[in-house]
Amino acid sequence: MNVETLLFWLFALLACGGAISVAVSQNVVRMAFSLVLCLGSTAVMFLLLGADFVGATQLMVYVGGTVVLLVFGVMLTATGPHTKIKSSGADAILSGLIGVVFLFIVSTTVTAVDWGDAKQKILIGTHQRDESRGFNPEQQGNTTRPLGLSFLSVRADRDLKLNIGGEAAGLGKSEEGLKPLSSGYLLPFEIVSIHLLVVLVGASYLARAKRRVTTSQ
Amino acid sequence: MMDTLLAANSLAEFLQTQTIPFCGCPIDATTAMVLAAIVHVALVGAWFGLPAGLFIWAERKISGRIQDRLGPTRTGGRFGWLQSLADGAKLIQKEDLVPADADGLMFRLAPYIVVVASFAAYLVLPFSDGWSALGLDVGLFLTFAILSLEVLGVILAGYSSGSKWALFGAIRESAQMVSYEIPMAICALCPIITAGTLNLNEIGQLQSGGFWNWNILHPFNFFAFFVYFTCATASCKRAPFDLAEAESELVAGFLTEYSGMRWSFFFLAEYASMFLVSGLATVLFLGGWDDGFGILGVVKANAGSFVANALGLVIFLKKASLLVCVQIWVRWTLPRLRIDQVMTTCLKYLIPISCVLFAGTVAYPLVLVMMSGNASIIGEPAGNRLVQPHQPVKQASSGANKQTQMTAAAAERSGR
Repeated sequence: MNVETLLFWLFALLACGGAISVAVSQNVVRMAFSLVLCLGSTAVMFLLLGADFVGATQLMVYVGGTVVLLVFGVMLTATGPHTKIKSSGADAILSGLIGVVFLFIVSTTVTAVDWGDAKQKILIGTHQRDESRGFNPEQQGNTTRPLGLSFLSVRADRDLKLNIGGEAAGLGKSEEGLKPLSSGYLLPFEIVSIHLLVVLVGASYLARAKRRVTTSQ
Repeated sequence: MMDTLLAANSLAEFLQTQTIPFCGCPIDATTAMVLAAIVHVALVGAWFGLPAGLFIWAERKISGRIQDRLGPTRTGGRFGWLQSLADGAKLIQKEDLVPADADGLMFRLAPYIVVVASFAAYLVLPFSDGWSALGLDVGLFLTFAILSLEVLGVILAGYSSGSKWALFGAIRESAQMVSYEIPMAICALCPIITAGTLNLNEIGQLQSGGFWNWNILHPFNFFAFFVYFTCATASCKRAPFDLAEAESELVAGFLTEYSGMRWSFFFLAEYASMFLVSGLATVLFLGGWDDGFGILGVVKANAGSFVANALGLVIFLKKASLLVCVQIWVRWTLPRLRIDQVMTTCLKYLIPISCVLFAGTVAYPLVLVMMSGNASIIGEPAGNRLVQPHQPVKQASSGANKQTQMTAAAAERSGR
């Protein structure tokens, strides 16, 4: 039992406890706080896995963004001092069913992965990383550079012949000569940004000040 | 023992070479890590509590000078430096009140959220070359993500108080903090583009060697610094943006119902995040721990990296404290803005200005390369100062000392 396992169990319990208390609680603000606990613990688990970019994004988008927006909305629209939400029995059954279906999907996905093999690949990849060129060790979360490069359509693991983990694990030799550059994730990235821009323009159009046109008599 | 301490790469490594007194058994890796973690957390924790006392005292003295009065003089010793301690003792003794209308649990929890958020943001701040708790590649991003949690504590505090003054204050405050996060983040992106990395330690390293390497001398980063500092002041709820705590008009905003220790937790967090945003400004724009004239490089070559780092720590703390003093100076000389003026300043002026600066920082090196063939006017481009362990060390360049040290560090790492 090392420190990382201990921390994992601590934050996994916090995440589950937060999620359960979101479902059980009836006070909106307490629900929001439990949600913060749940999402924050999930972010910490990402950090523990060395996926620090995903962890920071989780904190930024969900905890710092969505939950703040939610509480802000409650604060502006609430009629009484402490708004309560009481769900009916049918609602509970329906949401319980949906929850069970999602749990089934997630658990089949998790069990479908060969974790021993994946662990081998990750270990080899960690070993081969070029630390002297300014790459941090994996424990300190070196996920940004390959990720950023792949958004700029350079796949560090393919194009630059680093071939992390592949060759040594006997999963396939890199071909001789130059390969055509893979497109990385540039196109999806650009599509998502254009989409977000359209959404922003649309939102500001909908939220514009609506003035009634006064006809001159 | 001191020699082993100075030679070790980290405290955990040093502890592993030692034995526990009285029983004589060696310390294993996990225990050493936990012990080292406790020491580091205690150090950062002390630095979390210290500025509150120090800067509140400084605030009193500076405001006294600005307003032509004396400030604290009677409590303890010269210059009234015991006043902060006396305040602390008073606040601890106060009764821990929870209003009858309040949501008790949330009311008690809210100060802790604010304190934890501003404490955790120190996680990636480098106090000197390599002296940070975590050298993350997403350092700045994580800092902003953690700082954005502070709003949540403010909202919860205001909402759970069960008082309309607290609710109004919280709505204003959170609207202000959320809005000012945007231009602040965009302005922080400008030096990031110049440096090409989000790792705060690397950004500091890129600016070392002399003041001509500092990001603030970059034409667009120069303006970005001032916009960033304005937004940082606003996001710390400091005057002239301290509407939420405008005692005379708003009955102290979201803090209305708080008293005693829970009230002072908000102020501990405020002073800590004042220092944090000033430290970030120092690393991003003002060269971090660099002295500006290459003295640190000479010290490092002659007296070793530990002494140079300790000197760098002093320089960093001085720069950041100077920026905190500027915030105090601004507070006592500028009148408070109205809430509509606060929002106008952010949405109509600061966001467009920061967007222009962002675009300018992106276009600047491209234009320079097209005009003159060189990506920088003074010295070499920032990318050339990056770590290049596989090339022979150039003795003539200004970054020679740094390169030597980096090469040594790289060799040490590969040997380990």
